[in-house]
Amino acid sequence: MRTLFVAVLIFAFWILLSGHTGLLLLSLGIFSTLLTVFLGHRMRLIDRESYPIEKLPKLFRYYFFLGKEIIMANMDVIKRILKPGKSISPKVIDLTANQPSNLGKVIYANSITLTPGTVTMDVKADQLKVHALSKEAADDLASGRMAKVIHNSKADSS
Amino acid sequence: MIIEYLSWFCLVSGGLLGIIGGIGMHRFPDFYSRLHAAGTTDTLCAALFLIGLGLQSGFTLASFKLFLIFAFIFFTSPTASHSLANAAMLGGLQPKVENDA
Repeated sequence: MRTLFVAVLIFAFWILLSGHTGLLLLSLGIFSTLLTVFLGHRMRLIDRESYPIEKLPKLFRYYFFLGKEIIMANMDVIKRILKPGKSISPKVIDLTANQPSNLGKVIYANSITLTPGTVTMDVKADQLKVHALSKEAADDLASGRMAKVIHNSKADSS
Repeated sequence: MIIEYLSWFCLVSGGLLGIIGGIGMHRFPDFYSRLHAAGTTDTLCAALFLIGLGLQSGFTLASFKLFLIFAFIFFTSPTASHSLANAAMLGGLQPKVENDA
């Protein structure tokens, strides 16, 4: 079932990328789709852990929040870059990722890295080591605001 | 007409962000803080460029491809940043930290 889904997805992807509709090219597309699925199956790439597409609506809501967050953080970093004199106060903080699933932890760590001004340096079990460009950014992370939104959007439930 | 203006606004501000990110890379004192400056070019700059180009090309296959590029950047850039920071840390590079406690 999942394999069929992957095959349909790959073929739709092929059509969208190529834009061809001729019979020969379409059948070549089907052939390469089948080959890809066959190889993916042999390599055991088709499993439950890859991109969780059934969670897309939930993730979508989260991405909206994340986009806003990225823009705000960008503004902050840009201001710090352009401000003359000393404008940054780098800090390393330890955070606890209390998302229940691995996926949730990855989403959290990735979101931290994706917003400029904070980078996840290390992940060990549920301990995140984060480098922040400024004290404000570090405090904001420590307040757990982002973790709360991840929890509320239920993007982390498995 | 409005789309044209919007698209140019996105392209120009994206370009400006790229320059600012470059300035930041030279201004900031150590590897880790430079990573943050690079992060602005990674995210908003690239996104603005792609949105601007997408507005230029309209509702076509090209825009879909631009969207795909955006999605790939969205997934790969944090991975790259993280592995750079992680590699630096494992290599023993200490971040310059402000002691203000």
